[in-house]
Amino acid sequence: MGLTLLLALVVAGAATVGRTSPPRATAAGAATCKGALDTLNLVNAGRLTIGTDNPAYPPWFGGTPAKSSKWKVSDPTSGKGFESAVAYAVARWIGFHGNDVDWVYTPFNRAFAPGKKAFDFDINQISYSPARAKVVTFSSSYYDVNQSIVVNKGTPIASVHSIAGLRKYKLAAQLGTTSYQYIVNRIKPSSKPSVFPKNDAAVQALKNKQIDGLVVDLPTAFYVTAVQVPNGKILGQFPTQSGGEHFGMVFQKGNSLVNCVNQALASLKKTGQLKRIQQKWLAKVAGAPVLR
Amino acid sequence: MLVTSAPGWPEVKSTFFDWDYFWDSMPEIFYAFKLNVKIFCIAEVFILAFALLLAVLRSLRGPVFFPVRALAIVYTDFFRGVPTILVIAVLGFGAPALQLRGVPTSVVFWGIVALVLVYTAYVSEVYRAGIESVHPSQEAAARSLALSHGQTLLYVIIPQAVRRVIPPLLNDFIGLQKDTALVGFLGAVEAFNQSQIDASATFNYTPFLAAALLFVAITIPLARFTDWLVARDRRRQLAAAR
Repeated sequence: MGLTLLLALVVAGAATVGRTSPPRATAAGAATCKGALDTLNLVNAGRLTIGTDNPAYPPWFGGTPAKSSKWKVSDPTSGKGFESAVAYAVARWIGFHGNDVDWVYTPFNRAFAPGKKAFDFDINQISYSPARAKVVTFSSSYYDVNQSIVVNKGTPIASVHSIAGLRKYKLAAQLGTTSYQYIVNRIKPSSKPSVFPKNDAAVQALKNKQIDGLVVDLPTAFYVTAVQVPNGKILGQFPTQSGGEHFGMVFQKGNSLVNCVNQALASLKKTGQLKRIQQKWLAKVAGAPVLR
Repeated sequence: MLVTSAPGWPEVKSTFFDWDYFWDSMPEIFYAFKLNVKIFCIAEVFILAFALLLAVLRSLRGPVFFPVRALAIVYTDFFRGVPTILVIAVLGFGAPALQLRGVPTSVVFWGIVALVLVYTAYVSEVYRAGIESVHPSQEAAARSLALSHGQTLLYVIIPQAVRRVIPPLLNDFIGLQKDTALVGFLGAVEAFNQSQIDASATFNYTPFLAAALLFVAITIPLARFTDWLVARDRRRQLAAAR
């Protein structure tokens, strides 16, 4: 009941924003923000500053960082990997050149810290939720995501084929992910799930068999099993939740730049470019069996 | 005043002091806090015993015991010097990675081992200070009564030394209580980790406040108890002097 009311309020709030934003866009001189760089609300004038975590992991980010680079595992500035490619596509649509884009290291906890943000937007597999949207502003969806579970081959959990069968095992997720909420609210295991501050810590625990199963979003699961846990396998993906789960870019609450980014995303969806980027970087993701 | 009149205050107020979030998250954090209590209670027992042993080893005299003394010094220097979270990370992920038979994989177990290793180094120094503060005449008197060196330590020196260092011991105990939050790094859901989970789900930091209050609720009574112990000891010494 309380939740429904909350949702209704958020929807109403979103509707109000929707009504007020077009006049703001026209005030900037045109119906679209495309090419109107000097009207944008940016951290550094004329440059697009994007935040993400370090290390940045495939398939969200790709490319090999140079030895002198501060980035590890992947290089967000390469334009390779799904999120990097989406970020550059959005930047180009607005009118930035590739070398007008700066990337800043933003651990997950910093993405929603109060106060002035060091980035224009943060792109780091952050799921939208109404509660989170009270503190920061989310862009519209750039990826609709499913959760999945990774286990060690040959362990008892590897022969489970249902969500109910997972309940007696020690499960884990990364801090701040909706994977944790999925475990607690949907799987409801008998022992308390573990929560790791970083992807690498969770992966190490899985390798050590300190946990039986690691719940991550499906594209990450493909990377974990392909690279990080050689003996790992994707047990399956979980059915899409009602209303779905999606990733959005995170903005300082009320930053008008979000209108521009949403225009860019809408255009990329319409022209099929977003789909092409997804096929290029997340192609393998389709094949995991669905657990019920 | 300076804080509440700051331009960002309304934002800070709503993200750090939201009472709805506070009461929503409190039951879960309280439940998780029980793990912190379990960790520091178990760890403290081993720390007090091992640290005393280490302090005694370091106080042994004569060239025969040089290797023992040297080892004790190396141990203390090393574990006082290395950040606790590194010891926790190396043991918590490293030891189970060996995949030896019979080696526990429980992160709570290894978290406790790491805290015991680090705090034994601190607490042994406290004990040693206590032992060295006992006047040499006490030892001389004991030895003249034909007590052996071991008996002198056990019946004369250590009882006086321990009594003197109870306040610093409790001080380290409070430090230990707070450092149990570091075990969360291994994935154990203790109070701080739980508050991070709640904070990241809602992007609201108020759950941190709930966790902080739980820690304070334990450490403040302990601090007052320490004060009371010191005052009582002082009263007794003054009474004896009269």
